[in-house]
Amino acid sequence: MSVISVANLSVVKRDRLLFENLNFAVEQGSLLYVKGQNGAGKTSMLRVLAGLIEADAGEVYFTLQNIKDCREHYHQHLVYFGHKLGINSSLSAVENLQYWCQQHEVVISVDTIFYTLAQLNLVGLEDIPVANLSAGQQRRVALARFWFKHNAKLWILDEPFTALDTQGIELITKQITTFLSGGGAVVMTSHQALCIDYPTDELTLEYRI
Amino acid sequence: MTALMAILKRDLALAYRQRAELMQPMLFFVLVISLFPLAVGPEPKTLQLIGPGVIWVAAILSSLLGLERLFRDDFQDGSLEQLMLSSTSLPAAALVKVLAHWLTSILPLIVLSPLLALFLHLSEPMYWALLKTLLLGTPLLSLIGAIAVGLTVGLNRGGVLLALLLLPVFIPLLIFATSAVGSASMQLQYHAQLAIIGAMFLFSLALAPFAIAYALRVSQT
Repeated sequence: MSVISVANLSVVKRDRLLFENLNFAVEQGSLLYVKGQNGAGKTSMLRVLAGLIEADAGEVYFTLQNIKDCREHYHQHLVYFGHKLGINSSLSAVENLQYWCQQHEVVISVDTIFYTLAQLNLVGLEDIPVANLSAGQQRRVALARFWFKHNAKLWILDEPFTALDTQGIELITKQITTFLSGGGAVVMTSHQALCIDYPTDELTLEYRI
Repeated sequence: MTALMAILKRDLALAYRQRAELMQPMLFFVLVISLFPLAVGPEPKTLQLIGPGVIWVAAILSSLLGLERLFRDDFQDGSLEQLMLSSTSLPAAALVKVLAHWLTSILPLIVLSPLLALFLHLSEPMYWALLKTLLLGTPLLSLIGAIAVGLTVGLNRGGVLLALLLLPVFIPLLIFATSAVGSASMQLQYHAQLAIIGAMFLFSLALAPFAIAYALRVSQT
């Protein structure tokens, strides 16, 4: 069964048609890699998929249900990682992640959070305000969410590799592969060449004038 | 429920860490009010006459100053997106955020009000009336203000626009609140004014959370 599918999706932004009549479905355990130039509408498409903005035409279905009718159910099973990290810079990494977990009804112990942050090479930085961390480290804090939401069925990732070093990219790629092998579905964009050892579907959005 | 408690705890913790920013509206409130006796002169009768109006106008203006904080940071750093993509209901979350905002930036003004009432030579019945109108009226400021903040959060520099949108809406509240204190100064009953302010408050308490949620969703585009 497809985890997420779209039917006749069209999005207009500032009088410019980004794409029209888009149809695709992402099955369990498959990875959809969205390609396209800057301004082609990748981020807008991902935001429509996540239900943050509404499409001008067409529908989005999560496990064959329209996401407008099952918003809460959909969001329980979704991890969205966008350009904005969703990390408050006055709070520490642990506080940010604890808050996110409570928000998303994920029960997780503080020890697990510390352990995950250690895996992400953030030892000793757990308790200081995130504002004092480097850009890459801040992204690592936000990316720690990939380890927490175990009931997720879909990950929507907008440029997850930006500002990460090679070791970070490797770590995230590995986590994505683990999620996919467990039956999850991933929709992602990236400008870096994708070095993932997993069959990938590609979707290219053309830049329209 | 835990999700809503988490929002409240986080917002209170954030307010404590950014307390320098929180002090600004409070200082503005105190400064504006303490300027009046200096400018108008220490004549008790004049001060009593203008006192309630001055305190209320200062309260409205200083609440506008701090209002933008309500959703601005969350919008800019993406916390709002993550909140919308959680299973927490957005109207309930918005109500909790407004509550946290009221507790941290408006309640201190009310706590300071006895001191200011002294500056403006308010009599005791006038002070009690003022306190009651502030307690009932300021949550209304926060609730209605949050709708406008939700609508303008996507625009850069929505500050002036916010004031233009909100000040006309606050006029009825201002009229009833100052008229309640005016009645108190003449030893008259002011239940009617309080009842009207209370009704406006309850009405906005029931509907504003949905309007705020809708405004925030619109701002995502």
